[in-house]
Amino acid sequence: MGIRFVLLVNKQGQTRLAQYYAEHLTLDERRALEGEIVRKCLARTDQQCSFVEHRNYKIVYRRYASLFFLVGVDNDENELAILEFIHLFVETMDRHFGNVCELDIMFHLEKAHFMLEEMVMNGCIVETSKSNILMPIQLMDKAS
Amino acid sequence: MAATSSAPSLVDTLFQRSLDDLIRSLRSSSSSSVLEAAAITRALDEIRREIRSPDLDTKAVALQKLTYLASLHHLDMSWAAFHALELLPSPSLPHPRVAYLAASLSFHPSSTDLLPLATHQLRKHLAPSPANTPALVAPALHVLALASSADLACHLAPDLLPILSGQSSNPLRPKAIATALRALAVCPDAAPVLFKPLVDCLSLSSEPSAVSAAVSAFCELALAAPDPSPYLPLAPEFYRLLVDSRNNWVLIKVLKIFARLAPLERRLAVRILDPVCQLLRRSPAKSVVFECIRTVLSSLSDHDSAVRLAVDKIKEFLASDDDPNLRYLGLQALAMLGPAYLWAVDESREVVIRSLNDTDTNIRHQALCLIMGMLRESNVVEICNLLIKYAMKSDPDFANEILDAVLATCGRNVYELIVDFDWYVSLLGEMARNPHCAKGDEIERQLVDIGLRVRDARPELVRVARDLLIDPALLGNPFLCRVLSAAAWVSGEYVESSRNLLELVEALLQPRTNLLSLLVRAVYIQAVFKVVTFSFIFFIKQIQAFDTKSSADRNAAFENENDVATADKAVIFDSIDNNETFKHESLSHLLDFVETTVGPLSECDNVEIQERARNVLGLIHIIRETQYWDIVAEHELTRDKKISEIVELMEAAFSEELGPVSTNAQKRVTVPEDLILNENLSDLAEVLGDIDVTPCTSISFSLRCHHPTETKEDSAPVIEASSLLAEHRKRHGLYYLPTEKDEVESNDYPLANEPLLAVSHVDDAKDIVKLTAQSFIPRKEKPMKPRPVVIRLDEGDGDSSSGLTMVKEFKDDLLSGAIRNVLLGNESKPSSSCDMSSDRTSRRGETDASNNNELFSQPKESNALDGREHRKSSSRKSRHHTRHKEKNGSLGNEDIEETSHRHSTRSSRHQGRHKHRERGDAPPDVVSQEPVIQDFLL
Repeated sequence: MGIRFVLLVNKQGQTRLAQYYAEHLTLDERRALEGEIVRKCLARTDQQCSFVEHRNYKIVYRRYASLFFLVGVDNDENELAILEFIHLFVETMDRHFGNVCELDIMFHLEKAHFMLEEMVMNGCIVETSKSNILMPIQLMDKAS
Repeated sequence: MAATSSAPSLVDTLFQRSLDDLIRSLRSSSSSSVLEAAAITRALDEIRREIRSPDLDTKAVALQKLTYLASLHHLDMSWAAFHALELLPSPSLPHPRVAYLAASLSFHPSSTDLLPLATHQLRKHLAPSPANTPALVAPALHVLALASSADLACHLAPDLLPILSGQSSNPLRPKAIATALRALAVCPDAAPVLFKPLVDCLSLSSEPSAVSAAVSAFCELALAAPDPSPYLPLAPEFYRLLVDSRNNWVLIKVLKIFARLAPLERRLAVRILDPVCQLLRRSPAKSVVFECIRTVLSSLSDHDSAVRLAVDKIKEFLASDDDPNLRYLGLQALAMLGPAYLWAVDESREVVIRSLNDTDTNIRHQALCLIMGMLRESNVVEICNLLIKYAMKSDPDFANEILDAVLATCGRNVYELIVDFDWYVSLLGEMARNPHCAKGDEIERQLVDIGLRVRDARPELVRVARDLLIDPALLGNPFLCRVLSAAAWVSGEYVESSRNLLELVEALLQPRTNLLSLLVRAVYIQAVFKVVTFSFIFFIKQIQAFDTKSSADRNAAFENENDVATADKAVIFDSIDNNETFKHESLSHLLDFVETTVGPLSECDNVEIQERARNVLGLIHIIRETQYWDIVAEHELTRDKKISEIVELMEAAFSEELGPVSTNAQKRVTVPEDLILNENLSDLAEVLGDIDVTPCTSISFSLRCHHPTETKEDSAPVIEASSLLAEHRKRHGLYYLPTEKDEVESNDYPLANEPLLAVSHVDDAKDIVKLTAQSFIPRKEKPMKPRPVVIRLDEGDGDSSSGLTMVKEFKDDLLSGAIRNVLLGNESKPSSSCDMSSDRTSRRGETDASNNNELFSQPKESNALDGREHRKSSSRKSRHHTRHKEKNGSLGNEDIEETSHRHSTRSSRHQGRHKHRERGDAPPDVVSQEPVIQDFLL
């Protein structure tokens, strides 16, 4: 099922956005999973590769300033493409918020979710054009 | 609290905190976790009140806040599911969006069963109407894609159709495709409705984003299906995309699909070879290049030129020093190559070995996996030596990872890689000496296991064990406890291979052994017992041999002494002159030493140790008691009946060789004829229901079980016995035989020892033949000693999990069956009408082929080929119908379908009838033919 989850975590390991696709984890399982992944990934340095295997997932992550973007994928998924996807997500948010930072995402969690929703559905990447992704959000901003 | 919180007041509405306020308050209290928890509790209390408000704005803000808390602070929000649904019908756009977001983050069929309540509202939002803007429909689709159950997906599948097959410029189309994928996954019955529009999305006229989404969807479907052959007819579409598309996302997915399809059809592989190689050479995107490499290695590995190209690209990846990602992927790709491409790994050998030293643990791990995958009989010695040396120097975690990998790989399938067991046994010893070693359990297991299975390795095993036992430094390491226990057992069990018994006993009884755990000490003492027994027997036999010889030929008595020494299995005492008195002294020295060191242990608290220590002391006592002892001491070699009795007894105690036990051993025990197991157990259920089972510690049911005729005579004991039996079974279920039947029940289960050897000889012969056949290929001719006999009993219990996978496969099969129907069913309709007419086979073949021609615009190659196609397509049809039959049988005739999409059931009924007709006259062998392969691309 392509992408299994998307996580945004800050340097302190606090979750800033979490979206799971196609599989259901209980709250405890989520907390445990996120804790394990964060511990594994945040300990790694820039000289180390961006792929971590954890349980039956492959985790592709990338760090932008104080935020870590972590994407859990199937074993079949192309890691480099997922890195591209993360970058696209960041660029999209950057274009919308203008120099996006952790606070932007905190206070506009909904919008971050809507952008992600435009890009990924049911674990499949459905939209890769920044302007297409942002169009509905801009329309709504105008309306309100 | 309920009273106060249940009634939302006007104050709540007027002074409600917004989400931003909540976030600010959380941020200001984030310094301490106590403050934060208090803030969250307060916010939750507010939310509980506000969410009941009749005012939708208040409710929406409350839900918004709850969603925020739930998704970032891991709070349960399932209790608010109904409130979320309440917001869906609101005419104001933000309300349903908030509700959909909350639902997409927290709903799941397994936890919330409320979503079906919103079926009507979802349908309303999905309907094509100007009021339903993309901003409203998109989140609705998102929720459906994430949280719909099978029933809901089936219900709403027709509502996706207008979006799926409507205007090509509809921005919602890609999302509807992804949602349709979910519907197909949870509900294969939706395939007749959804599949055709999905296929249409691939067409040239579609928007690029729709094509991209459709390709992703097909990629998921093809990867998930156990048999991807239903997707073969779509190959021309994918091929077009592979050649034309410039979108990397699409290319990657198409490559994945072809990696799955190409193995099914050789001609397809040939056809895509060129475009894939072009991409591999030209594409500037590393992600596409990597996907090409994967496709080539996994599915086009027969084509040497392509593999060569891929390997060159892998080398580029491996050489990129500044990008750890590429190095990681390069190693991963090499690991895909498999043993047939040793040359490719050999070319990058240096990089791979260097990667073991990388700063990144994941790259190191990947390199280790790669090396392990490359292990062959021919290189196992070299590589393992290298790795174990490397493990000595590396950090604890990685050292253990290496040990683990070596142990697992070498021990795989009863040591199939190992030819030289002497080497492997000493390697095990070396592993145990690794300062970071935490794999004592596995080393213990393998040491003992090799002792049991490989007779030829025993002398070396005993040597390795001695080295381990004699080293006082190892006793302090708690991880090695188990290894030492194995070493002690080995040197006791195979004591005849030991070179110096006194040294061994001293090692086993050295003072530092008190650092060991009690159970291991017990093993040590038992080993001492075996050593003492053996040395005494050997000593006596030696004397007796000498005695008979000298009485027969007194003249040559002195030369005979040499013969005596070589007469038995091994050289024992280090006595140089073979002088009897000296030997006697050394034995009595041994006994004295054992007596003094073991003596105190006979008072030990631990029963195991105490018991065994007493055994040893008792034995020494018996030996000392015999008259013979004194007589021998005085050089008077006379016979004594008692002594030979003792010797015989002691020999008998340890003469039986222990063998490995098959994992299926218990199953193979035949049930005695007079034992009727079912008789008593069949009415267990009612018996259990009637009687209050009281726990009982002393049960003698086993006797009764053996004589069911007796127990039947009076009914009360039967009930009692079987209830006790049930109780026992409940408590000790572990020790009962599994209930499933074992088809291969041989009547002559070998009794633990000798018969096993006989069996294993047969197996071994086969093994060795197999092994040599393998090893001839890669190995450079090298003189090597033959592999010793390794006893192996059975191929393990591999198929325990098959039941589970069967279920999943069956479900997937439903989907691919349904898809097969959709893709090929179109053609089958005209042909089935043909069936009505009298000549069935020839006409149907023609229509089928012509349909295929239309669909895939395939130029005809030759008549002969076409003829073959005809036969195959008819065989496909029958396969397809038998599939259908299975499906009908399994699902029953479910009523849900009839309401939601009538036409699918109608067609299936139609085909069902068709099947009935065909079943009568179809030749039985048609079904067993190979699956359809059509000339799609030729």
